Amino acid sequence: MNMLKIENLHARVEGREILKGLSLSVNAGEVHAIMGPNGAGKSTLGNVLSGRDDYEVTAGRVTYNGIDLLALEPEARAAAGVFLAFQYPVEIPGVNNTYFLRAAFNAQRKARGEKELDSMQFLKLVREKLKVMQISDELLHRAVNEGFSGGEKKRNEIFQMAVLEPQLAILDETDSGLDIDALKHVADGVNALRSPDRAFLMITHYQRLLDYVVPDFVHVLADGRIVESGDKSLALKLEEHGYAGLGEGAPA
Amino acid sequence: MSQPAPLPLVESLLDAPLPVSGIAWLDAARQQNREAFAAGGLPDTRVEAWKYTALRALAQRRFAHGDAAAATRAVDASTFALPGVEGPRLVFVNGVFRADLSAVGALPAGLTLQPLSHALRGDAEPLRFVLARPALIGDVREAGDAFARVNAASAADGVVLRVAANVKVAAPVQLVFVGAAAEVELAWHLRNVIELGEGAELSLVEQHVSGDGPAQLATLVSDIEVRKGARLHHTLLQSVAVGTNLIRRSSVRLHARAHAMLHVLELGGALVRHDLRAELIGDGARFDTRGVFMPHGRQHIDTQLAIRHQALNTASTSNWRGVANDRARGVFRGAIVVAPGADGSDASLSNKNLLLSPGAEIDTKPELEIYADEVKAAHGATVGQLDERSLFYLRSRGIPLAEARALLTAAFCRAVLDDLPNETLREHLSAMLVAQLPA
Repeated sequence: MNMLKIENLHARVEGREILKGLSLSVNAGEVHAIMGPNGAGKSTLGNVLSGRDDYEVTAGRVTYNGIDLLALEPEARAAAGVFLAFQYPVEIPGVNNTYFLRAAFNAQRKARGEKELDSMQFLKLVREKLKVMQISDELLHRAVNEGFSGGEKKRNEIFQMAVLEPQLAILDETDSGLDIDALKHVADGVNALRSPDRAFLMITHYQRLLDYVVPDFVHVLADGRIVESGDKSLALKLEEHGYAGLGEGAPA
Repeated sequence: MSQPAPLPLVESLLDAPLPVSGIAWLDAARQQNREAFAAGGLPDTRVEAWKYTALRALAQRRFAHGDAAAATRAVDASTFALPGVEGPRLVFVNGVFRADLSAVGALPAGLTLQPLSHALRGDAEPLRFVLARPALIGDVREAGDAFARVNAASAADGVVLRVAANVKVAAPVQLVFVGAAAEVELAWHLRNVIELGEGAELSLVEQHVSGDGPAQLATLVSDIEVRKGARLHHTLLQSVAVGTNLIRRSSVRLHARAHAMLHVLELGGALVRHDLRAELIGDGARFDTRGVFMPHGRQHIDTQLAIRHQALNTASTSNWRGVANDRARGVFRGAIVVAPGADGSDASLSNKNLLLSPGAEIDTKPELEIYADEVKAAHGATVGQLDERSLFYLRSRGIPLAEARALLTAAFCRAVLDDLPNETLREHLSAMLVAQLPA
């Protein structure tokens, strides 16, 4: 059974059809890169999978570990192991980063019928993850994303992912707006989380992230559909020739 | 032309016997205020300051005057215990001083803390200026001051607090006003006089609590004088029961380089009104207010903030948040006047509000009048709902919708507590805010 199976997905936002019959299968342990030009529907895919309100699915279905993902509320998807690293992480003044993360962590555990961690136990876990992610604990004492630089926001997303340990991680243009050092840090974080039980969907506009996180599959998304799929060499081909003249190798 | 029938509320307040002090000027002032109230009556919504707070329903009710059993009513001290606040304390129950609940033994040198009823038995003359103020009895046709007149006529007790010049009182002083459930619906009144001498420092916690039971109407009038270079931290915590109507006026006067910072939490009550007036009368005076009002159910909470800059280089900041749920109503009016001659003044006022349900309402009105030069002033008010993007972000991490809403609402309110210096108290108040939120 595929961990994630997207079949003929159509979705619209503000009355405009963005996804026009997208199909994709992802298995545990795999890293898939979704590439494509601006406006192709890349971010829409991430938002639809995580359950954002403004997106209306008009046709098709998404099965995650055998269940109908689209029927679940966003918080239930998270508890089931789906994580979206936001392209634009939201600043939440007045909510402490650690407090937020513990609330999320415990809410997921509660939803799964697992025991919640008290603040001491949680702090211990967080310290371990900080070490792995090479993130300063100063980040923990601040309000969620408030006043964070672009790089700090993206690293905070990866850090949240490390703590929440999702099965399916969707990274929405996590590489955009990062300088090369920040990009390497983020990539190191992602690589540290790769495991046979976990799958990644990396949505990106540029090939350079794929130099650091090497994907098993690369898909080209154009005009709301996957028009070409291949291995990592496809990304290099795109880098060379651009998105023009796509679609020759498209699945039927 | 026939006179309309007198309103039950007015009638019951006028029926109450005036307290007798035996001090000629005080008894005369009480009589004059009584007459002014009888002539002026209650304000209706045509009076600007009462535009959003209709007294129609309250005016149809009668309240018995005072509580004969107030001295012996059982009051659980845990209802007003506050972590981080363990100092001198005065407690009043249904308008009556309770020595058994208060803590006034071994007061620090330079601190006077006693009930008004005791102070009047000694040398009453120093209180004459505030208690016999002619302003309230001047124009009897002006009904806006109705409750202040009722208070001036009927309050027999209250707080007298003085800090001598250059004395810094270390422990916070706690003033507790309890409405204890009685057998009937009660009205009671208290009059407070607070003065910080030149260079004095005081941290003050004012609490309003009450038990469930028959409705009450309480009026409290406080005069707070902050002399040259003195500093006051004042925290006001109002969490009365849903049957309590609470009408207060606090007037703060700030002399040269005096600084008062006030944190206000308005959490409870039926009809709740607070007129908060500050006059910055000395050069370099500063007044900062932070407040949050959170009416729910069918509560009505009205704050009328009026700040007058009357001297050079004075400053004020006001940061208020309102959260209304269910069918509740919040009212906020923030009026800042920079008077002629108050050059170089700096005033800012912000009032942000959240509506958590379609039946809730908040009316906010910032006003700014500037008659001086080189003034910096900023004011703004918003009414809105929780940010959808923030809600989705929290939910995408697994936090259920209701919890996400509570978390964002608490964060919205907590901003007003950020600069509360007493950390233990700040944590406690923050927890109280969270507890107030819908589950």
